[in-house]
Amino acid sequence: MKTILKTCLIAATSLWSAAILAAGPTVPLDKANIDLHDKASLQRGAQLFMNYCLGCHSMQYQRYNRTFRDLEIPEDLGMENLQFTGEKVGDLITNAMPAKQSGEWFGVNPPDLTLVSRVRGADWIYTYMRSFYADPARPFGVNNTVFPNVGMPHVLEELQGVPRKTYEQRMIDGEMKDVYVGLKADGSGMLTAEEYDQAILDLTNFLVYTGEPMMLEQRRLGWYVFGFLLVFTILAYLLKREFFRDLK
Amino acid sequence: MNKLIAWFDERIPLTKTWNIHLAQYPAPKNLNFWYLFGVLATLVLVNQIVTGIWLTMNYVPSAEGAFASVEYIMRDIEGGWILRYMHSTGASAFFVVVYLHMFRGMLYGSYQKPRELLWVFGMLIFLVLMAEAFMGYLLPWGQMSYWGAQVIISLFGAIPYIGDDLTLWIRGDYVISGATLNRFFALHVIALPLVLVILVFLHIIALHEVGSNNPEGIPTKKPKGSVPEEEKPKFKFHERFTKKYDIVDSVPFFPYFIVKDLVGIGIFLFLFCYVIFFAPAMGGLFLEPPNFEPANALKTPEHIAPVWYFTPFYAILRAVPDKLMGVILMFGAIAFLFALPWIDRGKVRSIRYRSTFHKINLTVFAISFIVLGYLGLKPATEVYTFFARVFTFLYFAFFVFLWFYSKNENTKPVPERITK
Repeated sequence: MKTILKTCLIAATSLWSAAILAAGPTVPLDKANIDLHDKASLQRGAQLFMNYCLGCHSMQYQRYNRTFRDLEIPEDLGMENLQFTGEKVGDLITNAMPAKQSGEWFGVNPPDLTLVSRVRGADWIYTYMRSFYADPARPFGVNNTVFPNVGMPHVLEELQGVPRKTYEQRMIDGEMKDVYVGLKADGSGMLTAEEYDQAILDLTNFLVYTGEPMMLEQRRLGWYVFGFLLVFTILAYLLKREFFRDLK
Repeated sequence: MNKLIAWFDERIPLTKTWNIHLAQYPAPKNLNFWYLFGVLATLVLVNQIVTGIWLTMNYVPSAEGAFASVEYIMRDIEGGWILRYMHSTGASAFFVVVYLHMFRGMLYGSYQKPRELLWVFGMLIFLVLMAEAFMGYLLPWGQMSYWGAQVIISLFGAIPYIGDDLTLWIRGDYVISGATLNRFFALHVIALPLVLVILVFLHIIALHEVGSNNPEGIPTKKPKGSVPEEEKPKFKFHERFTKKYDIVDSVPFFPYFIVKDLVGIGIFLFLFCYVIFFAPAMGGLFLEPPNFEPANALKTPEHIAPVWYFTPFYAILRAVPDKLMGVILMFGAIAFLFALPWIDRGKVRSIRYRSTFHKINLTVFAISFIVLGYLGLKPATEVYTFFARVFTFLYFAFFVFLWFYSKNENTKPVPERITK
């Protein structure tokens, strides 16, 4: 019995370490502390999206009026400031970029972003948008540490500035070596590093919202359902006890 | 009211059916929580059918419209997301309860004589359920729908001579396309559910013919006249059961087990609703992240994994280097389960009175199934494949060992009556 137990234990530990190994070398993602209740953040995120992303990426499963309603933006204000493609308020958020040509321009068609948060996760978006760096070898002069050789240019460069890979001289095994320490913008952008992080957090927040626009409603309803089920189960239990009294 | 019932009774066996199958149906009094999963499976089946009907009202079964129509249901239909999450969670819940239901049968030997046919009907339900789930998973037309179906259908291509033609026939096209989606839709919403409901009906009829097994694995039907009057339960059972046998240690299914099941249903619904309202994707297990991207025939996902309920069998398939052998072994894994009533040659049903070796054997089998399920979700690296082979071996070893030791198994004495 002892040997069986031992074998099981060894098997379990090696399985566990295999699981860790298989995860593979990927860039560690930063945690996106988004808050879907933060309407101001969502509104800023929507503004960023409509101004910078919608030119190439569509949001074709989401409607303008739904977005305005959920984000508490008055419809007329929204139509004036967030709607640039001449669509009606009840329309889906599409864009006018022809798919065939965009494929030629960028190498791929820019994907629709309605559900990107459900495909990639919030942390991925948050990290990806902060991981562009200058790389003259690429067609648009930028590369990305999270998504190497991505076809997308650094659209938010005017906000962030030009980020570069930075290195620090460190003593390793008695030798001075250049060690990669991260990305740093050159300061030519309109935002400081903190402001840029916040802007990306807002954008991430907005994309998480569009991935599952019913999420807050869902959670709220969930508690009512739990309340009902609690009453139901207690009543069912009392009924059961009452009936099973006869069996004693 | 009585007059109305009498009117019906003269024309259709209303009261009689109610009595035979519920109010005067003898259920062993010691049925424990393991016996809940049959009721829960029925509940989930009803859930799938009802939500399925409503989803069909707005779903568009075409390659161009399918993905967008699912998002339309999620966003623009009032309460549409509840229906969709009930349906997608229900699919996984179905397999959870069915796997537990099957394991109950293995624990207490419910497949043994005279319940072989009952078990076979159950296995047929399992088989149809897998087909139903597989076809349903194509319908959202996401990346995983598409590529998962691609992988599974291509398995049929491993069959010699007819393989290629067979895959062509299944797909209705040279690749998975709108033609495949249309036929899977037809099969998913009407053909297979119909078969499923008929099989469930037969399963229940067969159960009520032979009677429920119980955790002790001993019969509650004794030969007529062998039980003294004072030891018989005070309840009235239908003469269909009492004509041939003396029924002992039983209670009527209604109301006793109905009210007991209600408690179980309540607890089950807590878990079910937790997923629907708080974790509908269940961390990528119930709804896989790549499936939120529309199907794209030109872009293969990095890592294709079927949904969790298929992964034990998928792991077995991948454990074998040869494709055809892998397919044979994968179907073999299900075929062995079918044959369980004949592989197990023991006379004692319940695990409570069987040998220690059987207890270990069944435990190892359960662990193998779970580990294979985990491995099937992971990419086939060298280490994982090694483990998949070990646990595939253990999975099949269960049946082989069982066949050998069950003939002359060292079992404990079985009680005459249910004492608790």
